[in-house]
Formats: sequence, C-alpha cells, structure tokens
Amino acid sequence: MLSDFLHMGGYAGYVWGSFGLTAAVLLINLVGAKRQFKQRLAFVRRRMAAEDKT
Amino acid sequence: MSGPLSGFGVVLARDLRLAFRRPGEMANPLLFFILITAIFPLGLSPEPELLRAVAPGILWGAALLSSLLALDLLFGSDYEDGSLEQLVLSGHSLPVLVLAKTTAHWVVSALPLVVVAPLLASALYLPQEAWGTLMLGLLIGTPTLSLLGAMGAALTTGLGTGSALLSLLVLPLATPILIFGARGVDLAAQGMDPVGPLYLLAAILFLALSLLPLAIAAAVRISLD
Amino acid sequence: MWKSFHQFASPPHFYRLAGYLIPWFGVAALILILVGTYGGLVLAPADYQQGDGFRIIYVHVPSATMSLAAYTLMATAAGIGLIWRIKLAHAVAAAAAPIGASFTFLALATGSLWGKPMWGTWWAWDARLTSELILLFLFLGYMSLRAANDDTGKADRASGLLAVVGVVNVPIIHYSVEWWNSLHQGATIIKLGEPAITGDMLWPLLTMMVGFGCYFATVLMIRARSQVLQRERNSRWLKDL
Repeated sequence: MLSDFLHMGGYAGYVWGSFGLTAAVLLINLVGAKRQFKQRLAFVRRRMAAEDKT
Repeated sequence: MSGPLSGFGVVLARDLRLAFRRPGEMANPLLFFILITAIFPLGLSPEPELLRAVAPGILWGAALLSSLLALDLLFGSDYEDGSLEQLVLSGHSLPVLVLAKTTAHWVVSALPLVVVAPLLASALYLPQEAWGTLMLGLLIGTPTLSLLGAMGAALTTGLGTGSALLSLLVLPLATPILIFGARGVDLAAQGMDPVGPLYLLAAILFLALSLLPLAIAAAVRISLD
Repeated sequence: MWKSFHQFASPPHFYRLAGYLIPWFGVAALILILVGTYGGLVLAPADYQQGDGFRIIYVHVPSATMSLAAYTLMATAAGIGLIWRIKLAHAVAAAAAPIGASFTFLALATGSLWGKPMWGTWWAWDARLTSELILLFLFLGYMSLRAANDDTGKADRASGLLAVVGVVNVPIIHYSVEWWNSLHQGATIIKLGEPAITGDMLWPLLTMMVGFGCYFATVLMIRARSQVLQRERNSRWLKDL
C-alpha cells in the first residue's frame, strides 16, 4: 500500500522530484527572506543605538 | 520652427550627418548581418533543402542580433559629451527628439539590412517569391526592434555595464517580432499568403511607435539624474 | 480615501501592518499547501491517460500561475511608484522580483520533469514552457538592471519603467508563442495541458493555487519589510521598533 504510493505508478522520480524541488525552492526563499530581514533589522538597531550615544 | 514636431528634423539631420562621418561604424551592423548569415551554412551544411527550410529563422535571427550591435552608440557619445542633456533642456518635446534619434539609428543600421536581405536570401536558397515578404517584413519589423533597442540603450546609458545587460533587456521583448517576421517569410516561401503575420508586425509597430518614444524619453531622463 | 491611501503608503504604517499580517498569511499558506499536497498526491485519482504522472500539475500549474501573477504585481507596483512617486510601491516591486523568478524557475523545472515521461525528452518547445522561459529572462533583466544601478532611486525608476514596458509586452509574447507553437506542433507531442479534470482532481489544484498565493504574499511582505528597513535606515520612526 505504502510502497504503491511511493512508487507513483512508475512516475516516482518525476512526481517526488517535482514536489521535493518545489518544497526546497519555497523553503530556501522563505528562509533567505527571513534571514535578510533579521540582518537588516539588527543593522538598523545597532545604528540607532550608536546614534543615541552620540 | 515650432509645433509638436519641431526639433525632429534638426536632430535627425544631425545624427545622420554624424553617422556618415564614421562610415566604418555605420557598416558594422551590415557586416555583422552578413557574417551571421554566412556562419550557418558553414556550421550546418551547404545542402539547399536544409538551408531553404531554416533561412527565414536565420535571416530574422541575424537581423535581430544586428539591431543590438550599434545601440551603445545611440545615446552613449551624446551622454558623454553632454549633448544629451542639452536635448533634454532644449525645450522641445523629448519623446519627439528621441524618436528622431531612433529614426536616424534605424536608417543607418537597419535600412541597409533590408536592402541586402534578398542577396543573403538567395544565398540560402530562399525562393524568390519570399524575397518581397522578407524585405517588407524587415521594413516594418526592424523599426520596432530599433525602438525597443533604444529603450534598452537609454536605460543602460551611463551604467558602464556593456552590451550583455542590454541584450538581456531587449531580446526577450523582441521575440514576437522574430516569430511573426520569420513566420511570414516561411509562409511566402511555401507559396502561402503571408499577410497575417505582416499585419501583426504592422500592428506591433504602431503600438511601439505610440508608446515607446514616451518610455525612451523617460529612460533618458532617469539616466541623466 | 486619498488620505487613507497615502497613510497606507507610509513606510511605518506598512511596516507595522505587514508585521501583523505575515504570520496569518504564513499559517494559511502552510495549511493550504499541506492540504492541497495531500489531496493531490493521495486523494485525487490517477489520470486515465497520464497515470500518476499528472500529479505534477499540483506544483507546476500553481508555480506557472504565480510567476505571471508576480510579474503583473511587480509591474503594477512599479507603475504606481512611477506615476505617484511612492517609494513603498517601488519597494514592493523590488521585493516581488526574486520570488517571481523562483516561481518561474519552478514552473520550468517541474514542466521539464513532467515532460520527460510524457514526451520522452526533458525539454520540448511547448507553449507554456517557452513563455515561462521568456518570462524568466524578463525577471532576470529586471533584477540585473536593478543591480547595475547603484542609486536606489535611479534603480527604482529605471527597472520600474522596464517592468511597465514588459507587462505591455507579455500578452503579445504569450500570444505569439501560442501561435508559433500551434503552427509547428504537428502530431509529435501531447500538449502539456491539464488532463480532462474532474472535481476530485480540481479542488486540490485550487487549494494549492490559493496556498501558493498566500505563500507569495508572506514572502513578499517579509522582503518588502527588508526593503523598507534599508531605504528608511535614517528615519526617526525606526527608533520605536
């Protein structure tokens, strides 16, 4: 039953490849966007803190 | 001289005069066009059947690539010596002036291709019935290519990025011209009526003529900032 | 109306609103994509012609749709930015480009993975694949033009203009490619189209499409917030964060 499902009627590589690739690209996009946001937020905070001191 | 078209003739005459002073640069797109067309028989085979079948695509592809060649000259030297800024400040309508510059560029770089196209067509064994369609198609298709190219040139002027970025910007936008132009020649070569694709080329030309001068003018203003 | 429009377009307001909306859209995207994947891979019956291979549409079609939606949104935002000189609109356009390019890449890659068993080749000059390829170049051109301009304001306007010209051209490209494809197709290949679709095949597809839309909105807002932070790095309101 499960092996039938994984087998995908002989199209396993194509179907799982497509879904896997899509999941990977969507995740990389999300993680990359979040990381960029965090970096810039940290940068802005440092800058504001430095400005307050002077 | 006044009116909405004032300045058109002056700029056109100036650019043409400048171009005729440098005949070497003027001949470049034409040589390039011939060269690309000559490369394919060498790379494929001199077999007439094969060449006849691929001739429309080769000729139109070569025309498309040649139209990119002299584009950095369109605004580049005017940008460097400040005359582009003079044009913007001249008080004339900037879309009209850039249309004049584009027209001059088209006369110098594309019109010769239209003239020699039948020669190259015969070298690729394209039947004579298709020559007229080829020339007419190039005549109404290459102005759109020049307008798209002028927009790309205006957007990249002063960036120092060279022609790779320019090609990346212009080529995807120019694909419909390639498709319709080559298809028209193909139809004529098979003895069918090529009027459909030619009408489409003409329709795109009118769309380009009415909208792109505005975009080119805006792009020139942006790159001068 | 006009006042609220400008208030919405003010960076601090957008920054806070997006920060509030992001988790909601993110959770909705996650749930919809998981449900759609389950429906597409498990519940939907196999296609009588393409067997289980047709299940690739559940990622291919939403990617293709979103790539076009992303380009349209990018060009619309850029147009608004150009006409009303709203910097936030340019920030949204700049944020949309990389996501749109990813969707375009996914549509190409999954189309290729679908084409291999259907056509016996990784690439065929199918109308949709060819259009997606040109769209990928349009996205890459937009991003390269942005990258080539050092000044953000100049990059905004130059790339925005390109996007607006591009979006006028997209229907022409699409139509010309379809036309070209229909002429040259011959009897060689099956079109990469949706199979005769039934209700239990359709709902997972629609769920996936809405899910991809929510995902796009989520990442778009995250990226747009990053853009705002970079553009407003000298503004006072950032002190209150």
